[in-house]
Amino acid sequence: MKPEAATAHGREATEELLARFRLGDRRACARLMSFVEDEDDRATRVLDELYPSRGRAWRVGVTGPPGAGKSTLVEKLARELRSRGRTVGIIAVDPTSPFSGGAILGDRVRMPRLFTDEGVFIRSMASRGGLGGLARRTREVCDVLDAFGSEVIIIETVGVGQIELDVASAAHTTVVVLVPESGDSVQVMKAGLMEIGEIFCINKADRQGAERLLVEVRSMLDLLPDGREWRPPVVETVATAGEGVVPLLDRLEEHRQFLGESGRLEELRRRQVRTEIVEIVEERLRRDVWRRQRISGRLAEEVEAVLAGGATPYSAAGRVLGLVRPGD
Amino acid sequence: MDDSQLKRRFAEWEQEYSKRPARACETLSGVSLKPVYTPLDLPDADYLRDLGLPGQYPFTRGIHPDMYRGRLWTMRQFAGFGSARDTNARYKFLLGHGETGLSVAFDFPTLYGRDSDDARARGEVGKCGVAISSLDDMATLFEGIPLDKVSTSMTINGPAAVIWAFYIAAAELQGVKPEVLRGTIQNDILKEYIAQKSWLFPPEPSMRVITDIMRFASEQVPRWNTISISGYHIREAGSTAAQELAFTLKDGLTYVEAGIAAGLDVDGFAPRLSYFFNSHLDFFEEVAKFRAARRIWAREMRETFKAKDPRSWLLRFHTQTAGCSLTAQQPENNIARTGFQALAAVLGGTQSLHTNSMDETWALPTEKAVLIALRTQQLIAEETGAASVADPLGGSWYVEALTDELERQAREYFRKIDALGGMVRAIEHGFPQREIADASYRHQRAVEEGRRTVVGVNRYQLEGEKLEIPLLRIDPEVEKSQCERLSELRRRRDGARVEQVLTDLREACAGTDNVMPLVLDAARARATLGEICQAMKDVFGEYVEPPMF
Amino acid sequence: MAKRLRILVAKPGLDGHDRGAKIVARGLRDAGFEVIYTGLHQTPEMIAEAALQEDVDAVGLSILSGAHMTLFPDVVRLLGEKGAGDILVFGGGIIPDEDKQTLEGLGVGRLFGPGTEIREIVEYLRDRFSDRVAEETGD
Repeated sequence: MKPEAATAHGREATEELLARFRLGDRRACARLMSFVEDEDDRATRVLDELYPSRGRAWRVGVTGPPGAGKSTLVEKLARELRSRGRTVGIIAVDPTSPFSGGAILGDRVRMPRLFTDEGVFIRSMASRGGLGGLARRTREVCDVLDAFGSEVIIIETVGVGQIELDVASAAHTTVVVLVPESGDSVQVMKAGLMEIGEIFCINKADRQGAERLLVEVRSMLDLLPDGREWRPPVVETVATAGEGVVPLLDRLEEHRQFLGESGRLEELRRRQVRTEIVEIVEERLRRDVWRRQRISGRLAEEVEAVLAGGATPYSAAGRVLGLVRPGD
Repeated sequence: MDDSQLKRRFAEWEQEYSKRPARACETLSGVSLKPVYTPLDLPDADYLRDLGLPGQYPFTRGIHPDMYRGRLWTMRQFAGFGSARDTNARYKFLLGHGETGLSVAFDFPTLYGRDSDDARARGEVGKCGVAISSLDDMATLFEGIPLDKVSTSMTINGPAAVIWAFYIAAAELQGVKPEVLRGTIQNDILKEYIAQKSWLFPPEPSMRVITDIMRFASEQVPRWNTISISGYHIREAGSTAAQELAFTLKDGLTYVEAGIAAGLDVDGFAPRLSYFFNSHLDFFEEVAKFRAARRIWAREMRETFKAKDPRSWLLRFHTQTAGCSLTAQQPENNIARTGFQALAAVLGGTQSLHTNSMDETWALPTEKAVLIALRTQQLIAEETGAASVADPLGGSWYVEALTDELERQAREYFRKIDALGGMVRAIEHGFPQREIADASYRHQRAVEEGRRTVVGVNRYQLEGEKLEIPLLRIDPEVEKSQCERLSELRRRRDGARVEQVLTDLREACAGTDNVMPLVLDAARARATLGEICQAMKDVFGEYVEPPMF
Repeated sequence: MAKRLRILVAKPGLDGHDRGAKIVARGLRDAGFEVIYTGLHQTPEMIAEAALQEDVDAVGLSILSGAHMTLFPDVVRLLGEKGAGDILVFGGGIIPDEDKQTLEGLGVGRLFGPGTEIREIVEYLRDRFSDRVAEETGD
């Protein structure tokens, strides 16, 4: 191979990539994921085209405080899923540096045995300003994996300690991982994780304090409102040794079954489709508005007017909006 | 001396000093330095408590009453490359030129417990050390070298039990009994997780194998040093001097705890523990580090672990000059760098020393380069007078203040590690790994921003420099013939016997019996390094590191 | 959102000296790259497959074990076989000049020696991929 070939950078036609994608070409899948992640001009076309083939994957979110052993647990879950004959996609999110915009994505370090398994596709994503523990385009990248045929998609959140609740809206089943030594577990739970967890996993359960944490979690779950159809189970694991992974996956499967039988899945889908449409509309609106010369020009004038003291941001916004919807 | 008079004079000096455009200085490790040190820097000094005399507690001034007047340090050049036969020839060359101890460098597959014909070993066989996959290789390595006469140091960690078993069995083939064998296995797994990364099992089973080795040695190979607790690799990974000191000593103390927890008498095994440090470029900081290490160890062993035998209090150490300080540019300059570092080790009271060769950033050393390195030690010993007086820098206000400062920083790290639940937990949290990565990145930035000079690299460069020293190249045939010998061995040996010993070994691993006798049986049965390690991994599992940057 | 250059930093083989790889990973992150770090002891097959799934622009290999003449060509070959021959493979380590020339002839990109400053690597990659980042529109 000649070195010059590298500069061509596979700027393949979108159609060709889509065709290769349908034939199961992993490289094409990876390229399309990048279009989506980069919010490339081709992203909309790709997502629109793939939409009908998505929707079959079961999406499992794994969240929890830093050092909870999420990556190790994800690796073990993936291996157990493989042994049950399922194909697996993994989206592992790590934080983007607010200073440089760069990132180190290191979750693969924990998953070496999955690298060359053809039934597993791992994609590391930088958060790129996404909040709530996910990357900006996590859901859409999951859609690509889903359309590619991954039967189970595991989404591992950033895990930098902030409250990571968004995963619940991107996943069908959310696992909250806690460890005895993260003393702030109770804080984390108070901060909303109790509400989003469908399964609670106490990892490093061989460590001191595991018993106490178990009691704490159970008693907090008891405080959840009565009458809920799904009572979140608590599973103890030692992920590094693979202990407790089978029961954990069993509980996960039960939740999936519950979703289907209770009609919750339909409800979730309806809600997600609605959210998606709303987001797409809002985003396009925002982009379209600021692209219009007349509006961006007016914005600049209004900034000066507020600074000069003759207007407030509120009155200024009113006048800019007047240009956006002259018909109203 | 009247303190108040000194304080007044000091204030006058300070005023003079502040008028001058002097630059700020810190050690290589970032300890900020005063322009001059005086008795005022040692307000609480207590000579007998902190220093004592050579050979006396707390051994700050050295472990022997006579230091180098009685016996010089051991000149021990780390060597190994290609096949066992190639390395055997190099050992004979070194012994013939006045070297006094052997030190085996293994190749990466061996360090990682894999046979030369393992798929993962491709391209690495014999490259950075000698390839040893079986008892037969070990026997070849020492052919014609009487194992009852030499002391041998082996840099081996993850598979230490297996390589040591090969050595013991090779000695048996020479008719030499285990009780007369002298030498060291590095066997320091904690620093593998921290820095060197040639691990096999997770920490807990690794600690169990190490205590098995300590027990076996105290019963059957009493003159063997069972762990060489190593700061060398921690420093090479980019740590500061204080981190090297702190993490290494904490590793050592952790082995002591493990030994005691396994029911061993502290005085039964502690005298067989030794240390291995780096000697880096910051001359006085290094001397202070060696002195602080001796003092901390003595105090911890006597006060905390209540060891009674004075030999348990002694921190004996080997030193290697800092490979990471050598430059690929103008490699001959490395001869001078190594000389300064070697002198620091001697003034710091080392028991044995390896001096790096000038060409080591490029390849394993040529005979000529390694001879200059050995001669550097002989120059220090015979021509400089540095070996005439014990701890000649002791009493220097600067060196004493720096020694105190390094001890203080080390103890600060001890506290942090204890707060995390001890060294094993701290490693699982990635604490030492992250501290080292931060220090190493800070150093890189300082060099890139020109705040730190590296001669020949970011200053005093030579335009269009061409490499003019010859390099040792490993013939790719080594890998091929090594693999052929191995498959020949597999054909020749009693396969059923091998199966049996490996099954027995797995059982011992799963239970609580000492694994050493079974590893030794497996070695004798010509089970290979990879097979024995795999049998142990079957039971113990493999370690996966936490990602740290 | 502009495209970010994605670089896989990998340590193939059994050599555990990851100081250089980690410094490069951090330096690239601080220069705005997304770095996928795969850890130690990777086989060429693992590296090529990870590069493909992560759709990286380049793979940086750090090799200090002397196995460069085996490992670099293996990764380049496997990427080609997987239809990802356009992914740049560059590296760092102790590599004598004559070996460098041989490897460059096989399609390996720049090989950085001891004493390299991170900014040289950053400049090399930015220069090499100037067309990719520039063509994207900003946020």
